[in-house]
Formats: sequence, structure tokens, C-alpha cells
Amino acid sequence: MTNSPPTSPRRTPLTGVHENLHASLTDFAGWLMPLRYGSETAEHTAVRTAAGLFDLSHMGEFAVTGEGAAAALDYALTGEPSALKPGRARYTMICADDGGILDDLIVYRLADDDFLVVANAANSKAVGAELANRAAGRDAQVRDRTDDYALIAVQGPRAAAILDRLTDTDLTTVKYYASYPAHVAGRGVLLARTGYTGEDGFEIFAAPEDAEHLWDGLSEAGAADGLIPAGLAARDTLRLEAGMPLYGNELAADVTPFDAGLGRVVKLDKPGDFVGRRALTDRATATPQRQLIGLASLSRRVPRHGYPVMWNDEPSGTVTSGAPSPTLGVPIAMAYVRPDVAAAAAQSGTGTGTLAVDVRGRLEPARLVELPFYRRST
Amino acid sequence: MTVPGELYYTPEHEWVAISGSTASVGITDHAQRALGDVVFVSAPAAGSRVTAGEPCGEVESTKSVSDLYAPVDGEVTEVNPEIDDDPGLVNSDPYGAGWLFRVRLDDSDGEVPPGLLSAAEYAALTKEDQQEDGE
Repeated sequence: MTNSPPTSPRRTPLTGVHENLHASLTDFAGWLMPLRYGSETAEHTAVRTAAGLFDLSHMGEFAVTGEGAAAALDYALTGEPSALKPGRARYTMICADDGGILDDLIVYRLADDDFLVVANAANSKAVGAELANRAAGRDAQVRDRTDDYALIAVQGPRAAAILDRLTDTDLTTVKYYASYPAHVAGRGVLLARTGYTGEDGFEIFAAPEDAEHLWDGLSEAGAADGLIPAGLAARDTLRLEAGMPLYGNELAADVTPFDAGLGRVVKLDKPGDFVGRRALTDRATATPQRQLIGLASLSRRVPRHGYPVMWNDEPSGTVTSGAPSPTLGVPIAMAYVRPDVAAAAAQSGTGTGTLAVDVRGRLEPARLVELPFYRRST
Repeated sequence: MTVPGELYYTPEHEWVAISGSTASVGITDHAQRALGDVVFVSAPAAGSRVTAGEPCGEVESTKSVSDLYAPVDGEVTEVNPEIDDDPGLVNSDPYGAGWLFRVRLDDSDGEVPPGLLSAAEYAALTKEDQQEDGE
């Protein structure tokens, strides 16, 4: 984790809008971001049942361009961006030589020699430096474009219907993990069908000066459908229910994609070398030291980040993320446990042992739940 | 943010309503806003003794868990039965339906128990908090 800078947090093009909405603002990775506008549970539920509007302008954006851009990204990342068709996007990771995860990313291929890499705000600096480093001498340019984009997400089952009122683009042609240049509310944007909530939805990359116009347009267009602004608190419970990892919780520099159950993002069969190949090749076949599992609490006390997971009263792992789940109505958590414990816990219906979380000194029983906790029905 | 004038407060953001020898206790509007949606309250059991300044329970919200501190010395006589089913009352009505528990005061000499803050003192304290937050 990077240390937050001693300066006051940065504002997004929409911070003034959040202040007018009386949002509760928080310093998140050096940015002043809305934690919640009213009730985070109501915001969560709106995204599951209608739609939510998010300001994600704190995310880092990097343009990687040039004749060698595709090859440079194949070398820099675990995935194979050169295999993407223009207009498509992929979830991927950037790893260190030892296979440890430096960040998880979405790579959008905008054109043959034009890629947009979206990084977590907390890792943005490190990702930018690593990309520049790894692209050097490969006929590719890396530019930090974070300040050039406002990023607004509209997420939820009503998202497409709401957005449809503001654009001529036929949204039925915009596939999941695709992006297109489009006009929304009269402004030129990059429209992507991506998200971090477990719902259908869109992410809109726009010029900072258009952000307020787009926010207001989407708020208005979606009001009758139940769209409300949603903050980082709701975003966290939404992604947790959807079983999506968060850097700093499930993902870290001492975790490989295989530990996180995300070995599929490592394309060991792609041609050419890439950073971390040797270590990740070893990890792909080695027995993992830990396994990511889902837990549902049988108590009302909430397992939280860092709490020990107990198997037959022995410390056997650690909670990475936990929260009361608005959709399931019980506290849920993701945790790393020893693989033998994960296997034994899967059999625990037969009475082989008991799973619990040490919640501030008291063992609260939990049960193993298959990830994700929530999967949308359509 | 509201700070009713007739109540007493603690620096840990509990409020206390004194009526004869009984103190009703809850958390303040400032506290519920900072916590976000309350999902579970573990209050001290009726019949148990609490000591001013000591943790006597916890309040779980979406993002965090906080200790609940006893604002006074005494014996718990009653726990709000509604909170278990509807912990959101702490958010929607922190000074009313969201009360948490009642205590029979050890010293019911008509004096206000020591260490409690007046509404003005508490308002000043939370103002300082907000200024610090706003830096």
C-alpha cells in the first residue's frame, strides 16, 4: 500500500456535486471521494434493483500507444492484450518478477495501436512507473491521462434503459467488456460495458468539463427508475457480494493471481516473455499455500479485514474483506485459509470440524459459501 | 446535526437522559452519521452492572464496529427490545426510538453524574472534530 500524501486530498470534477448532495466525503487513496450520500444500504439496494450512479474519477488511466503498444503490454501484464480486438476489454493484472500482484487492471483496446489501462487509485503511480519502465525500448509510449478523464459509472438492472434515453448508440450491440466511442447527453465519451458491482452497467470516460453535465443528465434520466447516487461504501459491499477482489484486501504484492483463485488471468501460453513468467509458471503447478474462500457468518457480528479464521479452534487463515450483506441479510466475508482447511471445511456438513471467525476475542461460527455470494439472474 | 439541549453527553458520543434515578442511553446523531447504517447493536444485558467510561457493548455498522461505553455507574434495567429487529432505528431516530438501554443510577442524589458534558460542550467537541475532518 502506498502512503497517502501529506497534502490535502485531490478533488474530482464532481466533488462539488457531491458536496451539494451533502455526501459524506472521505480521503480515499489521496482523493476526496463520496463514502455515502445517505444510507449506504439503500444505495446498495438501488444498484441491485434499479440503478446507481458512481463517481470513479479517482481511478488511474494510462494511454499506451504506438506500433509496439500491444507487444509492450503483452510483456508488461499477465494477460494478452495483443489478442484483443479493437473495442474489447479485459480484466488483467500487472505482477512483479516474483509473481506478486502490483495491481489488477482493465485494459481497453481502443484501436490497433491504442490502449487504455485503468488502475486502482492507490496503485496508480506505481502502475504508471512500471508501465513506462516495461514499455521502454518497445516502440510504445505511456502517458498518464488520469487528469484528462472523469469516470462515471451507471450500474444496475435499469442502467441500459436509463442510458438508452441519452444516446443514439444501440446499447444491445455494446457487449459486456466492450467499449465504443459514443455520444451521451450530447457529449463525446468512451462508453464501456464494465463495472465492479455484479450488475449490468456502464462506465463512461468523459472530459472533465463534461462530467457535471453527464452526472446531471443521468440523474434526471434515471430518477423515475429509482437511480440514486452511490458512494464507495456501497461499491465495497456490492463488489464483495459479487466475489470481486479488492487490491489491499484480497490482492497484494505478496499474493500471486493463483493464490487469489485468478490464475485464469495469467496467459502462460502467450508467445514471448513477460514480467513474472518464471515465478508464475512455478506457481501454476505448485500447491498453493492459501485459498480464497467465502464465509457466511452464523452470528450477527461482522467478520472484518484481518480477523483470524479458526478451524476447530485453531488459527487457519485471515479474513480479507467482510461486511453485512444487504442482499443475503447476514454478514459475509472473503478469507484466505490453508488449502487443507478449505477442503475440510467443504466437508464440514459431515461433522469433521467447525469453522469460525475470531471476532474481537470471541469465536463466531461461520459456514463455507461458494463464491460469488451473489450472481445476477439475467 | 442535532444536539438536543436537555440531554447530557460523553466524549465517546453517547447521550444520556436523566429522569429521577434512571438514565436512558443512546448514541448521538453525530455518531450515527459517522458510523453509517447500523446493522447490529450488542447492548449490556438487563441486570448487569456498568461502570462509567468502561466498554459495555458494541455497535456494528456497514463499515466498522465501535465500542459502546457506559456513560454512568449503575445497573442495567432495560434494553430497547426494538433494536434487535430494527437496528436502523439508531440511524433514523437516535434520540428517540433508537435509544439503547436504561440504567438505575447508583447515586440518585439528584445530581448529574460526574464527567458528562452539556449539550453546548458536546456541540463544541464535535465542531472541533468536524474542523479536523475538514482539514
